[in-house]
Amino acid sequence: MSNGGGVASSTTHLLDFLEEPIPGVGTYDDFHTIDWVREKCKDRERHRKINSKKKESAWEFTKSLYDAWSGWLVVTLTGLASGALAGLIDIAADWMNDLKEGVCLSAMWFNHEQCCWTSNETTFAERDKCPQWKSWAELILGQAEGPGSYIMNYFMYIYWALSFAFLAVCLVKVFAPYACGSGIPEIKTILSGFIIRGYLGKWTLMIKTITLVLAVASGLSLGKEGPLVHVACCCGNIFSYLFPKYSKNEAKKREVLSAASAAGVSVAFGAPIGGVLFSLEEVSYYFPLKTLWRSFFAALVAAFVLRSINPFGNSRLVLFYVEYHTPWYLFELIPFILLGVFGGLWGAFFIRANIAWCRRRKSTRFGKYPVLEVIFVATITAVVAFPNPYTRQNTSELIKELFTDCGPLESSQLCQYRSQMNGSKAFTDNPNRPAGPGVYAAMWQLCLALIFKIIMTIFTFGLKVPSGLFIPSMAIGAIAGRIVGIAVEQLAYYHHDWFLFKEWCEVGADCITPGLYAMVGAAACLGGVTRMTVSLVVIVFELTGGLEYIVPLMAAVMTSKWVGDAFGREGIYEAHIRLNGYPFLDAKEEFTHTTLAREVMRPRRSDPPLAVLTQDDLTVEELQGVINETSYNGFPVIVSKESQRLVGFALRRDITIAIENARRKQEGIMLNSRVYFTQHAPTLPADSPRPLKLRSILDMSPFTVTDHTPMEIVVDIFRKLGLRQCLVTHNGRLLGIITKKDILRHMAQMANQDPESIMFN
Amino acid sequence: MKTMFVIEAFYLACFVLLSQVTAKNSEDIRCKCICPPYRDIAGKIYKQNVSLKDCNCLHVVEPMPVDGKDVEAYCLRCECKYEERSSGTIKFTIIVYLSILGLLLLYMVYLTLLEPMLKRRLFGHSQLIQSDDDVGDQQPFANAHNVLSRSHSRPNMLNKVEHAQQRWRRQVQEQRKSVFDRHVVLS
Repeated sequence: MSNGGGVASSTTHLLDFLEEPIPGVGTYDDFHTIDWVREKCKDRERHRKINSKKKESAWEFTKSLYDAWSGWLVVTLTGLASGALAGLIDIAADWMNDLKEGVCLSAMWFNHEQCCWTSNETTFAERDKCPQWKSWAELILGQAEGPGSYIMNYFMYIYWALSFAFLAVCLVKVFAPYACGSGIPEIKTILSGFIIRGYLGKWTLMIKTITLVLAVASGLSLGKEGPLVHVACCCGNIFSYLFPKYSKNEAKKREVLSAASAAGVSVAFGAPIGGVLFSLEEVSYYFPLKTLWRSFFAALVAAFVLRSINPFGNSRLVLFYVEYHTPWYLFELIPFILLGVFGGLWGAFFIRANIAWCRRRKSTRFGKYPVLEVIFVATITAVVAFPNPYTRQNTSELIKELFTDCGPLESSQLCQYRSQMNGSKAFTDNPNRPAGPGVYAAMWQLCLALIFKIIMTIFTFGLKVPSGLFIPSMAIGAIAGRIVGIAVEQLAYYHHDWFLFKEWCEVGADCITPGLYAMVGAAACLGGVTRMTVSLVVIVFELTGGLEYIVPLMAAVMTSKWVGDAFGREGIYEAHIRLNGYPFLDAKEEFTHTTLAREVMRPRRSDPPLAVLTQDDLTVEELQGVINETSYNGFPVIVSKESQRLVGFALRRDITIAIENARRKQEGIMLNSRVYFTQHAPTLPADSPRPLKLRSILDMSPFTVTDHTPMEIVVDIFRKLGLRQCLVTHNGRLLGIITKKDILRHMAQMANQDPESIMFN
Repeated sequence: MKTMFVIEAFYLACFVLLSQVTAKNSEDIRCKCICPPYRDIAGKIYKQNVSLKDCNCLHVVEPMPVDGKDVEAYCLRCECKYEERSSGTIKFTIIVYLSILGLLLLYMVYLTLLEPMLKRRLFGHSQLIQSDDDVGDQQPFANAHNVLSRSHSRPNMLNKVEHAQQRWRRQVQEQRKSVFDRHVVLS
């Protein structure tokens, strides 16, 4: 937009000031893409206005200060709200989880661990037995042991699991259908510029929080990290409505949403830096430096609030925070890389299976009964999970048990090694310990748990309840890792004279730490399914508090990403975006084909000619006819049909609103009034009705490319600038138009996928 | 909208305050010492409500199962940790959560069961004002409230609330159609 001559520009400026902005112009319809360029221009205009008035009075100065600081205020409020809600979810989910087993008679609001907190009847072997905690069999039948009470416990477990799942899906269906699923694919699409009205609203927030607790407590194979990101983004969206700087501008609002998603991951894992990197790598589309600083601040505030609520009573943010100090050895890289391969394979398998199942749910009559489906899956999960102690417990607790290394203070079944110490003789010439029968039994149960979780997660992710994917994948990886770790440990014991072990393992110390293998396995599986790289490594190393294990983690994560990419380039979230047909132009994919702009543009040879508007020839009736007969979102405006020279671009929504507004506010506008997009009205005969000026809604600087522009450059322009449409000219004359939907369809066609699956524009 | 902010701000304030105030309840601090098996003494866990400076093996492990010269060896293997929790926060959170859940359940029962019954009893089967897009829609939101309300004779405040509620219901119905019926979003 260039400056005209001095006098002319000031008069045009004055005239523009005299024309009021039409209310409603510049807003977007539901399920449409925003115009990033326009939003950024609007924001810069607003900023210029405030700055120019800054020096006039103290009140204006205060307003400019408030405007500058409102970003920090929104981000702080979002962090506070996210931390508080995460604390609520953690405490309530813990309590409801234990409600399936029994109640605490002395204080009904305590879960099992809190109930036995002060009791002195806990023993070393059974750390969770105390008289205040009664299982359901004890309450109903009066006896705690025996087959009858086992059956009663089983029955009550299934009953509670079913009722929680049923409540969750009913609440979602009745109050906020947008609260189901993970939320991360839709948030990725929203952050790339899509509008889904109501997805980040207050009812969605409330229902997602409440039903997330119910879904986790019902024992389904899902986690709460993805939904926590959705909850944090809802908080960010709601708070941004308090400040006109963010509520009126969609591009600025997305900066707040990026910061909010960082806060969401930060409270889910207790990893502020990991949260910021997750927001940068996975969720956000544009991530300027200002957003980086604000995201970090939001993540820190959220983590601080959660820590001061102290939900687990040990000042840790996450249940499975472990501190390791044992070293790892170079030969262990081989099993770590094997774990990476397993993670990549499982990730590729899971993505294919889950997408196939979701597609079946979407298109056949399986999807007509969501409530029945949830009840069915919850029943099967509860029935199969109860007998195995590793699947009966909370998945986070399972991960914690697997991550924890076996020291002398542990007494779980997994740590029942055959002790070789009798009295003072503590040193042998064999660095490891042989596994006792408890460990073998635990290995069997863990194998069964692994198979169960692999199968159930495929059917659980995508149910119509809030469901996350991080915890189940970490659990699968942790189980696999622990099994491999114990196997390597026993290998090192029984073959301690092999070169590898003798060279590196010191006598008298434990050589292999299976807990570390569990951690590496968890990272590998999570990386295989989401294809996260840096953020995953940082999250896991913030969870374990040490830089020592960076190399094994990175080796496993990189291997799993390479193996997973060999089967398909998309992670689970991109796959779901493609399944839903959202208009998401992935910034990570490269466009490698050699097509030109004129092969992708519309109209094609068989299509009707391009629907254009002339700058001063149309009447209101003709204009309304064009709008009603076509379904395009915007129309190029040309000088005249003979010259086809481009003037600008006008959007359908803006034209409709402007015509309605003119009919209500201005007198004398009739159906045969002339519509003009120029600065001055055309010369009309004396008795014609008053003409309608629509210059204020015209975008005078649409982006154009020539028809010989390679599509690589066009796709690059769309990605970098966030365009919705681009006009194509030939020798200076308007030829056609390329929209984002056309590009996505073209890319789908080039990749041999179904181009008709792109639904939105 | 404003009530949501008020509720949320109130909740936040209560949380932060409670977590500071109630942690000092003597029942909420403990020192937990885990002592593994030593010679022929079985492993045991000791808990006591002592403060941070007294949280070590000598103060907490009572009665000491070994004699004078073995005490140091025994205590070296024990691990003592100081833990603090806030039972007030837990109680408050669970009560708030259950009350919100209860309210939502009541509202859901009202919307799905009671309102159609009331509508049928007041107006019989014949009078159903159909709105444009839900001909034959069996959802509970469909026209019940339309029929029940007589808008022009009510005061303005109630009118606005009903109007807002109507708009919200239409939005939820749209969302339900997109998600459950047409499988367009969130499949």
